[in-house]
Amino acid sequence: MDFITLIQVLDSTVRLATPLLLACLAGLYSERAGIFDIGLEGKMLMAAFFSAAVASVTGNVWLGLLAGIAASMLLSGLHGLASITFRGNQLISGVAINFLAAGLTVLIAQDWFKQGGRTPSLLTEGRFGPLTFPFADSVRDVPMFGPIYSELLSGHSILVYLAFLAVPATWWILYRTRFGLRLRAVGENPAAVDTAGVSVIGLRFAAVAICGLLCGIAGAYLATALQAGFVKDMTAGRGFIALAALIFAKWRPWQAMGACLLFGLLQAVALRFQNIELGSVTIPVQVMDALPYILTVVILAGFVGKAIPPRSGGEPYVKER
Amino acid sequence: MEKMPKWADVVLIPLISLLLAAGLSALVILAIGEDPTAAVKLMVDGALGSSYGWGYTLYYATNFMFTGLAVAVAAHAGLFNIGGEGQAMLGGLGVALICLFIPWPHWTLALLFATLGAGLFGAAWAAIPAYLQAKRGSHIVITTIMFNFIAAAVLNYVLVNVLKPPSSMDPASARFSDTIHLPTLHELLTPLGIAFSKSAPANVSLLVAIAACLAVWLLIWRTPLGFEIRAFGKSEAGARYAGISPVKITIITMMISGALAGMMAINNVMGEAERLVLNATEGAGFIGIAVALMGRNHPFGVFLAAILFGFLYQGGAELALWTNIPRELIVVIQALVILFTGALDNMVRIPLERIFLALRKESN
Repeated sequence: MDFITLIQVLDSTVRLATPLLLACLAGLYSERAGIFDIGLEGKMLMAAFFSAAVASVTGNVWLGLLAGIAASMLLSGLHGLASITFRGNQLISGVAINFLAAGLTVLIAQDWFKQGGRTPSLLTEGRFGPLTFPFADSVRDVPMFGPIYSELLSGHSILVYLAFLAVPATWWILYRTRFGLRLRAVGENPAAVDTAGVSVIGLRFAAVAICGLLCGIAGAYLATALQAGFVKDMTAGRGFIALAALIFAKWRPWQAMGACLLFGLLQAVALRFQNIELGSVTIPVQVMDALPYILTVVILAGFVGKAIPPRSGGEPYVKER
Repeated sequence: MEKMPKWADVVLIPLISLLLAAGLSALVILAIGEDPTAAVKLMVDGALGSSYGWGYTLYYATNFMFTGLAVAVAAHAGLFNIGGEGQAMLGGLGVALICLFIPWPHWTLALLFATLGAGLFGAAWAAIPAYLQAKRGSHIVITTIMFNFIAAAVLNYVLVNVLKPPSSMDPASARFSDTIHLPTLHELLTPLGIAFSKSAPANVSLLVAIAACLAVWLLIWRTPLGFEIRAFGKSEAGARYAGISPVKITIITMMISGALAGMMAINNVMGEAERLVLNATEGAGFIGIAVALMGRNHPFGVFLAAILFGFLYQGGAELALWTNIPRELIVVIQALVILFTGALDNMVRIPLERIFLALRKESN
């Protein structure tokens, strides 16, 4: 594999890791606050549809982004209502949200656009275009540094940079602010937070709302930056890969970025090479597809370090028994 | 003291949840500019108005009985098996191997061993997450989700690289031999003098599914193992104190659950397609969650809920055929059923409990 191919694969890794990273950080806020969320997939899908739909009707990609975020946060609110207010089963609520999004997006898309459950293809103004870094064109021919700067780092959409900036931001919020401390505490021991006079319900709703916000950006990225428009089931399991990355990272932001880049790399390699020949051994493409899930199971099983979820994850908080 | 009579818990709450889901679905149909009553009429006519419609309704219902029972059995032990989809895929692989590579003299023998094979493959696929939960403490919901994706990759690999006949292009196995063709309801009912549509796919597996409902009822409420499963589901600490091994119960329950999900393959792979195709399960593993929730984890409830969902699937297909309502409407209804009977259960339950308490106070 020559240098240019390597740069191209890494470039596609960054693009493919972005939705995973946004969804993974979304799940991180929610699960750190004690609300399991297997509905990341559904929220992304809903956001993908509404961002593409609004962007194609108005021609304004920023309005699309807002619509996507709103749709995703609406589903977050539903998840919060079911799992915080009515103390229902968080996993079942997540399953319901995934189906709701899978069904509603196609239903509404068919009703609005009559193109078999997709939105019209987005033109340039309906999409997030690439941001070109200063001097990216002039240094392109410098050996080594040139391609890395102008191909790999420069030329992504603004949402990509936003996703990677969200990593230090999340670290700072979680570990350096009062809100972050309380958020982590409410996922470990909500009773203690309650005793300290802080609202468990308020904190958890805040966490779920942030989760909706980030999933919304992830979905909008899929439909208006990575691809040009919404197609049925376009998230294609990315919400679950993000969930896997979250566990792989043991619910920590920097490690989440590492895990998402790793899983993004696997997708990029599978996309580019199909079956990989290593001497006499051929690695079939299905192995690359399944690898994120297999790695997660291995991590979960504790064979390579132990993944311990937040202690009160999945349990509704009951103030008085 | 119970806050509510048992009938309210078993009948009233699911009914109210179902009505809420139906009401919202009607609003969805209205919102996309169609007439809900006409839609319901079309669905009833299409799914129940002819033996052809019934044949499809019962075919889907057979799938959902197996996957619904799978979720229900696990739920009795307090385990949420979301991996029915993957277990059913592997069950399909088991059926295909048994049907393709052994020259069976008659379909009865083939069905018996295909059922065993499907169950064995499904159970094996559920056993790994069960072992990891019981011994290594990894969350069974997450591992079974991961195993769904791994199963899809395994099936994809086996179909493309192993089972696909060299001459064929699409990723599917060769056709099974005609001698092991499972009799359809048409072939079963014609000798009895009952006319039944020839082209509907419902087949003898329906009887196996009903037998499975009975067997699960016996298992859960009439055997020591069933007692241990329920005790473990109610309280792990209590069960441990009574000498019940959590590891044993987790693994055995999940294997039974996986076997039931896997056995679905005798219907869709052996009975209908008569070969193994990619995505043969068509999401039936996930519908099992809705069916088990709706049926309150009771085999009879699962039986009824499976027929309801069979009706929805066939009716939804008819809707998509004759109106502008896409098939995905059924996915929305399914989501609403899961939401109201599962996640938002307390929204219906808490006000209802208050009403019953108030009524009781008045009568005293």
